[in-house]
Amino acid sequence: MWVHLRIELYKIFRKPRTYLAFAAITALIVIIQIGLYVDGKEYTEFVMADFANSFAVDGKILNGYFICYVILQLLLIHVPLLIALIAADMISGEANMGTLRLLLTKPQSRTAIVTAKFLASVIYTLMLLIWIAILGLFVSTMIFGTDDLFIMKSSYVVIVKESDVFWRYTGAFCFAALAMITVASLGFFLSFFAENSIGPIVATMSVIIVCTILSTMNIPIFNVIKPYLFTTHMITWKEFFDFKVNDANEAIVGSIQYPERIIHSSIVLLIHILGFAGGAILLFRKKDILS
Amino acid sequence: MSSIVKVNFLTKQFNQFTAVNDLSFTVEKGDVYGFLGQNGAGKSTTIRMMLTLITPTHGQIELFGYDLYKHRRDILQQIGAVIEKPDVYKYLSAYDNLQLFARLSGVNPTQKIIMDQLEMVGLADRAKDTVKTFSQGMKQRLGIAIALVHNPSLIMLDEPTNGLDPQGIADIRNLILQLSRDRKKTVIVSSHLLSEIEQIATRILIIDKGHKLVEGSAAELFDTTQTIVQLETTNNEQALQQLELSSWKTNLKPLRDGHILIQLDQQDIPHLNQFLVNQQIGVLSLQPRHSLEDYFLQITAGKQHVGTFTN
Repeated sequence: MWVHLRIELYKIFRKPRTYLAFAAITALIVIIQIGLYVDGKEYTEFVMADFANSFAVDGKILNGYFICYVILQLLLIHVPLLIALIAADMISGEANMGTLRLLLTKPQSRTAIVTAKFLASVIYTLMLLIWIAILGLFVSTMIFGTDDLFIMKSSYVVIVKESDVFWRYTGAFCFAALAMITVASLGFFLSFFAENSIGPIVATMSVIIVCTILSTMNIPIFNVIKPYLFTTHMITWKEFFDFKVNDANEAIVGSIQYPERIIHSSIVLLIHILGFAGGAILLFRKKDILS
Repeated sequence: MSSIVKVNFLTKQFNQFTAVNDLSFTVEKGDVYGFLGQNGAGKSTTIRMMLTLITPTHGQIELFGYDLYKHRRDILQQIGAVIEKPDVYKYLSAYDNLQLFARLSGVNPTQKIIMDQLEMVGLADRAKDTVKTFSQGMKQRLGIAIALVHNPSLIMLDEPTNGLDPQGIADIRNLILQLSRDRKKTVIVSSHLLSEIEQIATRILIIDKGHKLVEGSAAELFDTTQTIVQLETTNNEQALQQLELSSWKTNLKPLRDGHILIQLDQQDIPHLNQFLVNQQIGVLSLQPRHSLEDYFLQITAGKQHVGTFTN
């Protein structure tokens, strides 16, 4: 298995397309950072406009933690496409190139080959998220410094103490990894059914878009299926930035307001991952290679 | 001789379409086994089933004396294959491709072994170039190097000359002969190019629409002492009249373009020439026709012969 995994990673990182995703993420984050570095003060005044009369802010709103939150919110919408570019290509791309049949004439088990392919796409997904963390969190804190994290929700403001922020980002990135691995699993599963990459990439994005619309639309008929849609649970990373308060309405450092939501969403996403990846592995074992 | 391949009643159905139908044959050690049939005859499907790429609907495949599906990994370890187009990773070099597939074949070759393989197929000087810069013939040769890198004893080549120029076809033919003669490999080669099979195969299987039409050596399949020649003379009409009065009169067939086909013993060709010269008819050409081609067209059109010639 280790040999297969190394070979799959070797193939992924020898493809120019792989670096396109890293380059796109770098460009997006740098653009956000430059924009906020130049016009950040006006941006924070704009988003704080509703609260300006309610309380005075003592400290630096535009800090590295705030920038990272903005980046995460924006990027986690676009990263699925970049993940689909690789994950949805893992089987279909090889079928299209014709290398799949050569690969499967080698004395290796199909299960080992397809499992290695899936694990390689998971590692690629994790590397993308680590890259986002490096640029979005570490580089942002180096450029903008650190302070308490201000998060403007729809009807209230959350202020997380500087000393209480880093572990929440660690948790949020871990959860985001789970959400993105779900996307990778979906792309990988759809990759099984096609013999070119475009179809599964488009199909993956289409499924995500449709499910996201169903998750966000407040129509009673769709409310029944919402809890089962993975897109409903992909944004649960935000729960890491809501904390419990004591009787004096002060934040309890190290707490999460609804940890059960995170656990529930994690389980739903894990079931999706096992379903998509397991389905692909089972089907692949019996697949007739006609390409 | 021991059988390396035994295929019994192999059938593959895709929904209602039967691609291979109750096909049985054996391949002996050291054979260059020609697998012949028109496009869509079921050659590739059969070879893919022998490589576990396609699961048979029913039937048994034994390779090296073992059931293919029970001993898949051990059996595939001893097989090298090129299936139709020799597709490899275009973004990798020839060297990297060879190394990668060698590892998947369970060997970890040294740099020298890889370069020797590339040298054998004439690609040593392009070892570090990415495959996307290669011609079809070069890719085909790289595919063969990949098939051979783990030193298999059975080699399966499915349409190995597809898309190649005449020089490329000759190179592949010589390589197959070299593998059989010098390295004692058993080779199964499928093709719809009759002349290619005729030049290299020790035994031939002809299939059509998934059915076996005939199996045997070239000598068993048709009378190699007899040949068909196409005759062109300075006066074809007069030549035909004279030949109809000769002992060859029962083996004549005039063609629309005026040429004449004559079936005769090979040793009679000089006598035929002498006969025409004696009749004051100039011989412009006496061209032998490929006997396998005639045989193939005859049985695939009529499908009368179904069976196996035995020694």
